[in-house]
Amino acid sequence: MSSLKERMALIEAQAARMGKETYHQTGRKATTPRMQYQQECSKVVTLEQAITRSGLKDGMTISFHHHFRGGDKVVNLVVDKLAEMGFKNLHLAASSLQDVHKPLIEHIKNGVITKISTSGLRGDLANEISRGLMEEPVIFRSHGGRGSAIAQGDLHIDVAFLGASSCDPLGNACGYSRSENAKSICGSLGYALPDAQYADKVIIVTDDLVHYPNTPNSISERDVDFVVEVDSVGDSSKIASGAIRDTKNPRDILLAQQAAKVIINSGYFKDGFSIQTGSGGASLAAVKFIREEMIKQGIKASFALGGITAHMVKLHEEGLIERLIDVQSFDKVAAMSLKDDSMHKEVSANEYASADEQGSATHYLDMVILSALEVDVNFNVNVLVGSDGIIRGAIGGHPDTAADSALSIIVCPLLRGRIPCVVDEVTTLITPGSTVDVVVTEYGIAVNPLRPEIAERLKAAGLNIVDIHSLKERAEKIIGHAAPLPFGDKVVGVVMNRDGSVLDVIKNIVD
Amino acid sequence: MMFVPGNNPAMMQDAFIYGPDSIMLDLEDSVTMAEKDAARLLVHNALKTIDYGDTEMVVRINPLNTPYGKKDIEAVVKAGVHVIRMPKTETAEEVIEVEREIEKVEKELGCVGRTLIMAAIESTLGVVNAYAIATASKRMMGIALGAEDYCANLKTQRSPEGTELLMARQTIVVAARAAGIDALDTVYSNLNDMETFRREVELIKQLGFDGKSIINPRQIEVVNEVFTPKQKDIDKALTIIAAIKEAEKKGSGVIAVNGKMVDRPVVIRAERTIHMAIASGILKEEEVL
Repeated sequence: MSSLKERMALIEAQAARMGKETYHQTGRKATTPRMQYQQECSKVVTLEQAITRSGLKDGMTISFHHHFRGGDKVVNLVVDKLAEMGFKNLHLAASSLQDVHKPLIEHIKNGVITKISTSGLRGDLANEISRGLMEEPVIFRSHGGRGSAIAQGDLHIDVAFLGASSCDPLGNACGYSRSENAKSICGSLGYALPDAQYADKVIIVTDDLVHYPNTPNSISERDVDFVVEVDSVGDSSKIASGAIRDTKNPRDILLAQQAAKVIINSGYFKDGFSIQTGSGGASLAAVKFIREEMIKQGIKASFALGGITAHMVKLHEEGLIERLIDVQSFDKVAAMSLKDDSMHKEVSANEYASADEQGSATHYLDMVILSALEVDVNFNVNVLVGSDGIIRGAIGGHPDTAADSALSIIVCPLLRGRIPCVVDEVTTLITPGSTVDVVVTEYGIAVNPLRPEIAERLKAAGLNIVDIHSLKERAEKIIGHAAPLPFGDKVVGVVMNRDGSVLDVIKNIVD
Repeated sequence: MMFVPGNNPAMMQDAFIYGPDSIMLDLEDSVTMAEKDAARLLVHNALKTIDYGDTEMVVRINPLNTPYGKKDIEAVVKAGVHVIRMPKTETAEEVIEVEREIEKVEKELGCVGRTLIMAAIESTLGVVNAYAIATASKRMMGIALGAEDYCANLKTQRSPEGTELLMARQTIVVAARAAGIDALDTVYSNLNDMETFRREVELIKQLGFDGKSIINPRQIEVVNEVFTPKQKDIDKALTIIAAIKEAEKKGSGVIAVNGKMVDRPVVIRAERTIHMAIASGILKEEEVL
């Protein structure tokens, strides 16, 4: 016979040997009905409580994602609160910033925000920063570069404030909602996933607090410390456009046709190929032409990557693209597809484009169509700083996809009004020329001399292949030479290469 | 032939990138009275400075009975325009008058005979006089239908089927063929109805027109698709041309392909197919033996 009482001495001895306590019953288990119980979940707090309990201190790093694009309300809401609570000297590390973040100017002036890391800047904030608003230069990283920097600790996030279109009290969060109260939809939360995974504290900010379990989820409760419910995380009309809108701009259509011809005749247009395109008019129109050729030749793609658009969803639903790998859903159709289609997979920025992970999807990408503000005669590309020296864009996944894909195609008009887009040297180096293969303009297609086989194939297909210098000369002939930009001596931005090295700096512009 | 307003620098600058066979810079209907002088200056400078490559450059001038016509001719001839398009042409005399003005400027420049003329026929009187207009000058390279004014003059309006234009179209093609010059069809302005546009292009090709006037680069593809010869027609034409060459070599007057006699109209058609195929870029000149 051996009773628990009789074994107690042995239990105590064993616990002592293992350095453990012996079991003591503590309290009664909760018997509240679970729908009610989850409403009392201790993770659900006010924004102020979440900030206080997160342990945020002056000088720390806070982070945000940009999946709500121009409609985002989370950054302004949180930073306003931080200012009100008296925080100073914070480092704001967003996956990107937009026009809507103009109120940050005041927070920078008041010392609430003293450092910014982002993929891009636009509007008044970009204008002010370009003119020297901040003491510390803004750190610019590509999406893949940011993911790597977070994973490797180069960019350590103390508290992440991540907007979500739905979240349950435990923190399972999504970029869409399955509830009747759904207010916003952005689809993939790919750029928020590194933050969720690596930040010391994670606060989900949602406008649709749903009951547990909010599955299938994007962000897991395991990564979430607090859940804050707010009226609105973003203006839906500015988060994602509703439907496919085909460009009617004849120049975009021409560029798209040329880009599609490059793809079709590149040697990579084979059954099982993979592709990524941007969301610009020419990129979207190119998908249309590629689709027609896929049907004609009976070719199917294994996956489409990146910012997923309604166009890509259409091809997927038609069976022309097997799978969609989605780090960011560009429109509502893409967001809905992510929600409803299990072959449409959400991935984190790291899975998408991390330079240091051989597993990231960009490494398995055949072709990418990208845009540019400027390309130079050495095929270097600038997508961040305008020809006027003002920051007006975002790095996005540009250098990541250019570097990792088998064939990178830049689509760029030779002239934008009176601005030449093929130049001697880009204003700011974002994507090194060694990773750029083809430049498509309305005046001809230039192929990087590093890829003579591509030039041969495209010539054989009857495409108008020209020397990139002749494009530059053509632009100069029409427009003339631009006066040098009035840069000052202050560094207002630093462009990080995706491997963590410093690629370029942006100087302040003087009026 | 793509119509480009002569007061729109951005469109004038990159019109040729879309690959129209010819570009018509317009000084007439798309330019308001207040902008006539500015547009003339713009068109003059565009012709002089922009590299339009091999594109045929046409300028539609204002009629000579307006205060602008003569100045238009002077400005564009000096800029080296290939073709002057006369609007609303009704009689041979009008063509002769324009020729006289062109020649005046050309004499000054020492390049008499450089500038060609095409006449747009936009009224019932013009249609009645089509052959006289087409043969009024050695400079005449084509006549074109302008359907909007013509329909107004005819007291009707345009229909998707183009029934009301049938006689004018056929008269113009017949006149052009008889005169040995080109026939160009009118514009179609509803850009949202590409299907009707395509049917219209198919119709005018069938009627015998050499080409279509267009108002937007998006229309180029349709025109090219309709006018580009089909591969089997090209192959057939190449076989016929090869047979002719072979017959010439042998000194034989009789040409036969696949055991069938080939007569003169067939040869002419084959040559025309080859010419169109080369112009469309789907056949290279060196591929023709």
